[in-house]
Amino acid sequence: MPYWAPWVLLALVALLSIVHLAVPSTRAWVWKVLAGLGVAMIAGLLYLGLVWAPQEAFMSDVGRILYIHVPYVWACMLAFTVNVGAAIAYLFKKSWVTDAIAEASAEVGVYFGAIGVLQGSIWARPTWGVWWDWDPRLIATTVMLLSYVGYLTFRSFTEDAERRATWSAAAGILGYVSLPIVWFSVRWWNSLHQVQSNASTLDKPMRVVLTWGEATFFAFLFVFIYLRYRIARSRQTSALELPPIDAPTGATAS
Amino acid sequence: MSDHPALDLRDVSKRFGARWALARVSYTLPAGRSLLLTGHNGSGKTTLLRLISTASFPTAGDIVVYGDETRSARDRVRTQVALLSHASFLYDDLTARQNLGMLAELLGLPPATTVPAMLERVGLGGRGDEAVRQFSAGMRKRLAIARLLLKQPKVALLDEPFGELDPAGISQMEGFIRELQAAGTSVVLATHLIEQGLTLTQERLHLNQGRRVDP
Amino acid sequence: MTAPIRTPPGLLRSTWLVLRKDWLIEWRTRARLTALIFFALSTLLLFSFAMGPDITMLRVHAPGYLWLAILFASTLSLGESFRVESENQAMVGLVLAPVEPRAIFLGKVAGNTSLLFGLSLVLLPVSVALYDVDLSRNFGMLLLVLLLGCIGISAPGTVYSAISSNARARDVMLPLLLFPVLVPMLLAAVSATKFALVADPQQQLSSWVKLLTAFDLIYLSVGFLLFPRVVEED
Repeated sequence: MPYWAPWVLLALVALLSIVHLAVPSTRAWVWKVLAGLGVAMIAGLLYLGLVWAPQEAFMSDVGRILYIHVPYVWACMLAFTVNVGAAIAYLFKKSWVTDAIAEASAEVGVYFGAIGVLQGSIWARPTWGVWWDWDPRLIATTVMLLSYVGYLTFRSFTEDAERRATWSAAAGILGYVSLPIVWFSVRWWNSLHQVQSNASTLDKPMRVVLTWGEATFFAFLFVFIYLRYRIARSRQTSALELPPIDAPTGATAS
Repeated sequence: MSDHPALDLRDVSKRFGARWALARVSYTLPAGRSLLLTGHNGSGKTTLLRLISTASFPTAGDIVVYGDETRSARDRVRTQVALLSHASFLYDDLTARQNLGMLAELLGLPPATTVPAMLERVGLGGRGDEAVRQFSAGMRKRLAIARLLLKQPKVALLDEPFGELDPAGISQMEGFIRELQAAGTSVVLATHLIEQGLTLTQERLHLNQGRRVDP
Repeated sequence: MTAPIRTPPGLLRSTWLVLRKDWLIEWRTRARLTALIFFALSTLLLFSFAMGPDITMLRVHAPGYLWLAILFASTLSLGESFRVESENQAMVGLVLAPVEPRAIFLGKVAGNTSLLFGLSLVLLPVSVALYDVDLSRNFGMLLLVLLLGCIGISAPGTVYSAISSNARARDVMLPLLLFPVLVPMLLAAVSATKFALVADPQQQLSSWVKLLTAFDLIYLSVGFLLFPRVVEED
């Protein structure tokens, strides 16, 4: 199977979502195709991860959680990156679209991050013998997760929509900025820890499955953010869109 | 003075959530003239004063103060405009003297000479070293007007200046307004005391639910 | 009316005026300040009760307790620092005066830092008494670490406090937003304090101090850029 096949599927999902957004008349069938693609990608990942891939030498079958854990954490980080991009865009130019993207990506990111950290904990127990570990990736994800839980709480605790958009953009940026510092500080804190696994330490079959998993969950991330974005937009519309201002009652001439 | 009008409102609208606090208000106040702003509670008077003062900015439309647009030239507008609002802008934990002294230094005025004179002028000469927290509502109002007078603005925005004042205080406030006008300041006065307001101003703008209504 | 000659202050002088105003308020409300100090002291004391009388263990963990006490006290002092500003909308008055919002940021950071640094100086001798730590090993570095750590709390804390002072349940919002961001600062400050107090065979102190400095610089610049947007209405 070609290495790039999952990325083609991901691109297809992204394309179809954009079609879904841009051309309302296609929504009925585009939706079914998207759902079908999602099922196919998950089924493919299940087959590749549980059957096709050989057992990992050191970690036994538990190691297979890697194929969903790593994509989840990456998806979470990607979502938060989207959030910060939207926040910066909002601060440069006020727009309800970027505020809605920020809200959507933060919430979806918290979902992926929470599941990802949970999976990491499940993985750590049989592998390292502990539920929790001073692994920079785990800590960085957890810190970002907490930071964005605060972000979402703050959003729901602030009434004024316009000021909430500005304030939460600032809060998001401040939280995200800490990411690299958390990473370095945890690495130095626990420099005795094992070398981190990266693509070069993984077998070729493992890498194929991991790539498939990443494409699958990025596709889900994309669709989730898109759906959540539409919810945010419709809430904004009901809260902010106004009846047109009726013609001034003959009083503007001055 | 200058060729520009004191105040130029160009189709100004302000939205709070789903409510338009101001809807397409256009108005021009000639330089040096004073304006009486009337309307019921919630008609948008306070919002308009806050927008002119650059404490907030219009959702749509422009406000131009002596040729400077509030959003793009807010620094210049802020040096020319002063707002007496419902909130006193005072630090309750500081004394009257310290509150004014800090403002004087921020404005670049020598506090040693200006502050005691100003305290005398608003009738707080003997109370200058008490914490504002102990002040009555009327005394706070006097201190708040002292903040405004210290700034010597070209446009003075007064939101219900007579509220919480005793009769003596009201006539004193009228005196301050006349002094400001004598120094060339345009006063924008929002008040329910229409009789009093009419004697102090030349122009009038009436708002009803955020819209301009000409009587 | 003759207009006196006005020379409006620049950024640095405005910063100084804002800082002096904060110091003046702290001095005039020093009862509040005393309460804050006793709050931090009782936190320290509670840690030693919670951990029991094992003096070797207490000595090892002393840097962590010290920084946690400072951190807990900071949520109170940061919240208070903006409660004063939102009362009577005093900060709106400052912005309209006009004071550059960046000067307000720098002044508030300096005010909060000086307050926390003063607090940590009070906590040091108490740590000696409770945890039997040895301050004399590298006292200069210890002071530097304390100062950098207090800046590290104040720089993001000032922005978050300005933001959360407007939300419902602001007393909960501030730590909820602030603590995650402070994780690396806490790691660096505790490690640096530890190596300033005990032997440092691998020369790790300087790298932690560098990390702490980087944290401070990053948050000072981000806060400097963001603060005007936070306090000004659009």
